[in-house]
Amino acid sequence: MILVVLISILFLGGVLAWLSEGLDSRFPRVVALAAVVIDLLVMMALVGADTEGAGWIVQLNAQWIPRFGISFHLAADGLSVLMMLLTAFLGIIAVGSAWDEITERTGFFYFNLLWTLAGVIGVFTALDLFLFFFFWEVMLIPMYFIIAIWGHENKNYAAMKFFIFTQVTGMLMLISILVLAYFHYAQFGLFSFDYFDLLKVNTSSAIEMWIMLGFFVSFSTKLPSFPFHSWLPDAHSQAPTAGSVLLAGVLLKTGAYGLIRFAVPLFPEASMQFAPIAMTLAVISILYCAKVAFAQTDIKRLIAYTSVSHMGFVMLGIYAWNEQALQGAVMTMLAHGLSAAALFMLAGGLQHRVHTRDMDHMGGFWAKVPRLSFVALFFSIAALGMPGLGNFVGEFLVLLGAFKASIGLTVAAAFGLIFASVYSLWVIQKVFHGAYRNSDFDDTHLYDLSRREMFYFSTMMIGLIWMGMYPQSFLDMSAATLTNLLNETGQLLFAQGSEL
Amino acid sequence: MITSFNDLLPMLPLLIVTATSVIAMMMIGIRRSYIATGSITITGLLVATLVAVSMMDLTNQQVTPLLIIDQYSLLFTVVVCASAMILAVLSFPYFLELDDQREEYFLLLTVATIGAIVMVSSNHFVSTVLGLETLSMSLYGMIAYPLHSAKSAKFPLEASVKYLVLSAAASGFILFGMALIYAQTGTLSFSSVTNLPAAGLGDGYTIVALLMVVSGMAFKLSLAPFHMWTPDVYEGAPLPATAYLATIGKAAMFVVLLRFIQISDALSFDSIVIVLALIAVASMLAGNLLALLQDNLKRILAYSSIAHMGYLLLALIAGHYVTGTIAVEAITFYLIAYVIMSLGAFGVASVISSSEKEFDSIKEYRGLFWRKPVLAATFIAMLLSLAGIPLTVGFIGKFYIFLTGVESELWMLLGVLVLGSGIGLYYYLRIIYRMFMPEKHSLPYRVGGVESASSYAVLAILLFLLLLFGVYPAPIMSIVATASAII
Repeated sequence: MILVVLISILFLGGVLAWLSEGLDSRFPRVVALAAVVIDLLVMMALVGADTEGAGWIVQLNAQWIPRFGISFHLAADGLSVLMMLLTAFLGIIAVGSAWDEITERTGFFYFNLLWTLAGVIGVFTALDLFLFFFFWEVMLIPMYFIIAIWGHENKNYAAMKFFIFTQVTGMLMLISILVLAYFHYAQFGLFSFDYFDLLKVNTSSAIEMWIMLGFFVSFSTKLPSFPFHSWLPDAHSQAPTAGSVLLAGVLLKTGAYGLIRFAVPLFPEASMQFAPIAMTLAVISILYCAKVAFAQTDIKRLIAYTSVSHMGFVMLGIYAWNEQALQGAVMTMLAHGLSAAALFMLAGGLQHRVHTRDMDHMGGFWAKVPRLSFVALFFSIAALGMPGLGNFVGEFLVLLGAFKASIGLTVAAAFGLIFASVYSLWVIQKVFHGAYRNSDFDDTHLYDLSRREMFYFSTMMIGLIWMGMYPQSFLDMSAATLTNLLNETGQLLFAQGSEL
Repeated sequence: MITSFNDLLPMLPLLIVTATSVIAMMMIGIRRSYIATGSITITGLLVATLVAVSMMDLTNQQVTPLLIIDQYSLLFTVVVCASAMILAVLSFPYFLELDDQREEYFLLLTVATIGAIVMVSSNHFVSTVLGLETLSMSLYGMIAYPLHSAKSAKFPLEASVKYLVLSAAASGFILFGMALIYAQTGTLSFSSVTNLPAAGLGDGYTIVALLMVVSGMAFKLSLAPFHMWTPDVYEGAPLPATAYLATIGKAAMFVVLLRFIQISDALSFDSIVIVLALIAVASMLAGNLLALLQDNLKRILAYSSIAHMGYLLLALIAGHYVTGTIAVEAITFYLIAYVIMSLGAFGVASVISSSEKEFDSIKEYRGLFWRKPVLAATFIAMLLSLAGIPLTVGFIGKFYIFLTGVESELWMLLGVLVLGSGIGLYYYLRIIYRMFMPEKHSLPYRVGGVESASSYAVLAILLFLLLLFGVYPAPIMSIVATASAII
C-alpha cells in the first residue's frame, strides 16, 4: 500500500501544484517541495525494513486487466528503495534548482516535474511488465513538456529528438514484452505479464536473442550508450536546469535499472552470449564519449557527454554480471546521479548568470565567484573518480568485477578514468582559472552562490563523501537483491566472461 | 419472412433513427426552426443509442436475409448513433451563423446515420450497397453544405464533386466484384468463397472478384494507394462533415470489410494476403510520411487516418493466422478508440471554428494552451492518443494491434508499424508544440460562431472516455470480447 501512497502523493501533488497557480504563482513550488519531501519521509519507512522472502520489502498485487493477465503489481526490494531514495532526493534538488529559474507558467512546470518523478517511482517498483511499460512512457511525456516549454533556444528540436528516440525504442520493447507474454500463453495456456511468471518462460535460443535485443535497445537508449546516445547532449543542453537534473540524475538510471531487473534475468542465456558485445559497446561509450566531451565548447553538452561516458561503466558492470561489478554499477548509478545533477545545476546556474554556455567566452571566474568555483571543483573531482568520494567506489568496483569477466576490456575502460581527469580539469582550468574575461557577456548578474544554493550543494557533497567513505551502508541495501539475481541466473555470465 | 411486429423489434434503433429523420423532415416542412430540428435529431439519436445499449445482451437474430442484428452490430450501432449525436451537438454552433437554410444539414446527418447502421448490420451484398450508398449520398450533401453561403470558409463544392466522382467509381468496383462473387457462389449473402463446386468460373475469377471488392472498400477507407481524395475532401468539407466522414464513415465500412473477409475466408488465397499486406504497408508509410509535410490540421488528420487504417489492416490480416478472436477484438477495440480520438480532435477544431471561419492551419493553434487550457489539454490528449501514448485509449488500441501482430508473427508488418508510429510522433508533437508556444496577441481564436456549453460537455465526455478506457480498460474489453466472439 505504501508504494501506491508514494506514487499518488506525487500525482496528486502535481495536480494540486497546477491548481494552486490560480491563487498565486509562487504557490506551486511550495506545493511541489512539500510533496517531494513528504514522499522522501514516507520512503524512509522502507529503509532497513524487514524483508519477506527473496528480498522483497513490500508487495502489492491487484488485478488490472484480467483479459490479458495484467495486474497492478508493485513491489520494492533493496535496489528499488535505493533508486527511489535517489529519485526523491534529486526531486527535492530539482525543485530547488527551479525555485528562482522558472518564473513563467509555474503551475504546469511543477505539475510536469512531479509527474515525471511519479513515473520514475513507478518504473522502479513495477513488477508487471505492462505496468512497467506504462510508467516507462508516463515519465516521458511530462519530460517532453519540460524541455519543449521551458527549454532554451533550440528546444523544439531537442524535445522532439528525445521523445522520438525513447518512444520508438520503447515500442520495440513493447513488442518484446508481448512476445514474451505470448510465449507464456503458449506454454502455460494463459496470458501473464507478471515478472515472476515470465521468469519461468522458456524461449528458444534463436528468438530469445531478438526479444532480449528489444529490451536492450530500449534500455541502452535511455542509459544512454553508444550508438543510441545522440539525443542526450541535445536534450541536456536545451533543458531547463531542473530538467537536466532529473534527466541526468534519475531518468538515465531507469535504463540501467531495467537492464539489471529485466533484460538480464529474463534472458540469461541470450544476455550471456550478448555480454561481450554489450561490454564492448560500454567501453566504446566510455572512451569515445570522453573524447567527444573534450571537444565541446558548450559546457552543458560537455557534461552530457561525460554522463554517457560514466554510464558506460554502469553498463560494463551490469554485463560483467558478478557481485562486485553489479555493486559497482549500482554505486556508480547513485554517485553519478548526485555528481551529474550537481554539475548540471552549476552549468545551469552559470547560464542563468552570464546567459551563455560557451566556455570560450568564460575564464577566471574563481576570483569573481569563489564559492561557485569551489563547488564546481569539488564535483568535477568527484566525477573524475577521486578516492574518498562515491564515484571512485563505484567505478573501482566495476573495474574490479569486470576484470574477472574480461581483462582486455577492463584495461581499455580504465583509460576512461584518465580521460575523465583530462576533461574535468580542463573545464576547471578554462572556466575558473586564468585571467578574468567579461568581454563576451554582461557580467552584472554574475553573483556567487546564494545560501539556498549552497545548502543544496552541500547536501549533495555530504552524500558523495558518505558514499565514498562508508559505502557499506549503501552496498548492504542492494546486496540481497543482487545476490538473489545472481543466483537465479546461475552466474552464467561470469562463466562465459572468464573464457574471453 | 416478416410475420409480426416482434420480428421487427431487433431493428428498433434503425427504426428510431428513421423516424427521427421523418419527424425532422416534417418539422422543417411545417416551420423552419434550427433549434427544434437540432433538438429532434439529437434526442432521436440519443434514444436510439440507449435502446441499442439496452438490447445488446439479448438480441441475436437475422432480420430478413439482409440484416443481422447481433451483439456485434449492436455494439457498432451504439458507436455510430452516439458519434452521430456527438457530431450533431458539435454541428449546431458550427452552422449557427450560416447565411443559408441550415435545418436540412441535420436531415442529411440522420439519413447518413441510417446508412451507417445498415452497414454495420449487414451480412448481405444488397444491404451493404444500400447502406453504403445511403451513407455516401448523404455525405455528398453534407460536404457541399455551405455551398450557397456567401462567406463559406472552404471549397465545399470541389470536395464534394471529388468525393462523388471517385466514390461512385469505387462503388462500381465493389458492385462488379460482388457480381463476380455471385456468379461463383450463387448467393448474395456473405458466404465462403473457398472450396466452391467445380461448376463455377474457377479460383482466378474469385481472386479478381475479391480484389475488386477489396480495392473498392479500400477506397472508401482511404487506404493507400486509393487515398488520393482524402486530404482534399477533408480540407474542403466543413469540419463536422469531415469528422463524420472520418469516424462513422470509416468505422462502418471497416465493419463490413471485417465481416466480409471473415465470412468469405478470402485470406486463404495467398494473393489476397499479399495484396492486403502491401496495402497495409503502403498506408502506414504513405500516411505517416505525407503528413510530415502538411501545415493544415485537417490534411494532417487526413493522412494520419490513412495510417490508422493501415494499422487496422494489419490486425485484419493477422486474423487469418491467429486462433481465437483476438484479431477481431483488436479491430473492434481500435475502431472504437479511433472513433473516440478522432471525434475529439475534430471536435476541438470545430469548437473554435464556425462555418464562416475555420481554424485549420496549425499556425493558428499557437499558444492555445495558455489561452484555453481546457480545450488545448483535450486536444493534446486526443493527439497523444492518436500517437498511441499510455494513459489514453489509443495506447490500449495499439497494444491490441501489437499483440495480434506478435501472435500471428507478422514481423515485417510490425516493423513497418513501429517505423510508421515513430514518424507519426513527429507531426503530432508538432501540433502539440505549437499549442505551447507563447501566444501572439494579434491572432484571434474565434471570429464567427458561438461558444456553446453543450460542445464543451461533449468534449468532456470524449476526454473522460479516452482516459477511462486508457487507464481502466477491463470493462470495455470484456464487452468487446463478448461481441467479437459472435463473428
